[in-house]
Amino acid sequence: MTDLTKYTLNDALDAMNKGEFTSEELTTAHIKACENATKLNVFITSSFEHALEAAKNSDKRRAKGNIGLIEGAPLGVKDLFCTAGVKTTAGSKILDQFEPTYESSVTSNMNSQGMVMLGKLNLDEFAMGSSNETSAYGPVINPWKKDEKLVPGGSSGGSAAAVAADLCLGATATDTGGSIRQPASFTGTVGIKPTYGRCSRWGTVAFASSLDQAGPIAKTVKDAAILLQSMAGYDEKDSTSLNIPVPNWKTSCDKSIKGQKIGIPKEYMIDGMPRDIQLLWDQGIEWLKDSGAEIIPISLPHTKYALPAYYVVAPAEASSNLARYDGMRYGLRAEGSDLNDTYSRTRTMGFGDEVKRRIMIGTYVLSAGYYDAYYLRAQKVRARIVEDFENAWHKCDTILTPTAPSAPFTLGRKVVDPVEMYLNDIFTVTTNLAGLPGISIPAGLNQDGLPLGLQVIGKALDEDNVFATASALERAANFNLKPKKWWIE
Amino acid sequence: MPLLTRAYVIMEFFVSNQKNVVNVEDVKKIARLSRLRVEDTELQSLADDLSGILGWIEQLNEVDVDKVEPMTSAVAMKSPMRKDIVSDGDKRDQILKNAPKKDDGFFVVPRSVE
Repeated sequence: MTDLTKYTLNDALDAMNKGEFTSEELTTAHIKACENATKLNVFITSSFEHALEAAKNSDKRRAKGNIGLIEGAPLGVKDLFCTAGVKTTAGSKILDQFEPTYESSVTSNMNSQGMVMLGKLNLDEFAMGSSNETSAYGPVINPWKKDEKLVPGGSSGGSAAAVAADLCLGATATDTGGSIRQPASFTGTVGIKPTYGRCSRWGTVAFASSLDQAGPIAKTVKDAAILLQSMAGYDEKDSTSLNIPVPNWKTSCDKSIKGQKIGIPKEYMIDGMPRDIQLLWDQGIEWLKDSGAEIIPISLPHTKYALPAYYVVAPAEASSNLARYDGMRYGLRAEGSDLNDTYSRTRTMGFGDEVKRRIMIGTYVLSAGYYDAYYLRAQKVRARIVEDFENAWHKCDTILTPTAPSAPFTLGRKVVDPVEMYLNDIFTVTTNLAGLPGISIPAGLNQDGLPLGLQVIGKALDEDNVFATASALERAANFNLKPKKWWIE
Repeated sequence: MPLLTRAYVIMEFFVSNQKNVVNVEDVKKIARLSRLRVEDTELQSLADDLSGILGWIEQLNEVDVDKVEPMTSAVAMKSPMRKDIVSDGDKRDQILKNAPKKDDGFFVVPRSVE
């Protein structure tokens, strides 16, 4: 019998429509793959029994002709989306025993389109990190490896690793500064962050509310389009949710990009970028030319300031969002001598070092006397970055850049300076600040045989052209390599 | 991170970080505001970490933001209005389900008024 975990989501859905196999068979195959992959540490909580039940119900629905967009597909959910009756930790000890009584809007949309959830995937604590090493549940291991174990990127490292290792047909993820795209680049998978407001934030554990956006990690661009379609949609429970229809993005993937103008921003050619990444970027430009697109050099002059602006805005919003973890209504409580002591003990015990560091930076930049100098200035710089893109859109339709400034790096590598880790997001963070859609697609390997991604950025709400351009790159790159399954016992 | 990029950034960071932005007293104050306990032995290294990060952030001062309105929303849209009516409720047990301490339908919390 063929290995059902090798299917793409699109092919698996087609095959189930043709009656080649059932969701129960497909789900069983994926559960087996998950059980054989405990070494990768992708799950914080698995829900295999629940998944089998869901698969059987899906098969019954299908028999009645009731077929959702992702009917019967076994998928993973980043452990940042609240799932009713299934533990949701956000990768933190402070939510270790938290079992939501409600469902996030994104997963609720997916459930109504037929999702079979295999479990909750590991992530950096509160999505704060670029290597998955800040998780309170141990780091995720990248399925791609050299002699040493490598990080899968972060914060959606569990989602990316699970998809790369064929443990699920796709996964939900979230992206605040690059947390979908950088891990996709590190694992040879596809990841898209849509326009801010496409996916409801309701029921997703908040990190930095003006930047957080949900999106999928998938095996192919078309799979990502199908998944995003199942996740997106207006939600009155999120006041920043966009009240506009969800397009059929699957068809965008077959669109020609002939005559499209692709911008190449000179500011993304940073000093010291590895040669492999520069070469891949050049190759991407050639591929797009061959697909009939026109290449336009552009300038995004404030690129350099995106990362420092982000490290004011994101921690400021995080310090405010994470004030809710006080040990009173839910989550961990560490009893102290009085109320304030209980708050402090709870938060000190419950949060990890990176989360504490960001809460403190946020508290500092928002504190009296510093608000104007840091937060207000950063929001103004953010307006400048938006302006850069507005100017670029006069000249081009989409923008091509590398996704990350490096290939996946060694697990446990000593990072002396926190700023060094923050640099992982240098190419991705601009789209979060500007609210734009960005996709990472696997485009090649570096000299060590590790995957590298290219990023396509689009205008607000123009996921259509982002998917079209990414599909053209995907066809040209023909990246069909998979990591060796060294983790199977 | 490739070595060169790292060197480039760290150099840039040292240039902008000739003074220590945050001292030990500041860390104590921020920790108190954040409701986090910081051991005395950790104060200096945290002050160094935060100074490093904030020093690096200071490059934002190079940007001309004269007459620029601060960005407050990622996509231009009007804040939606809704009717001020109760649309949800009667969920006492659900709300209390994850409470670390509860009694007879109430949250139990430390004394907050002396």
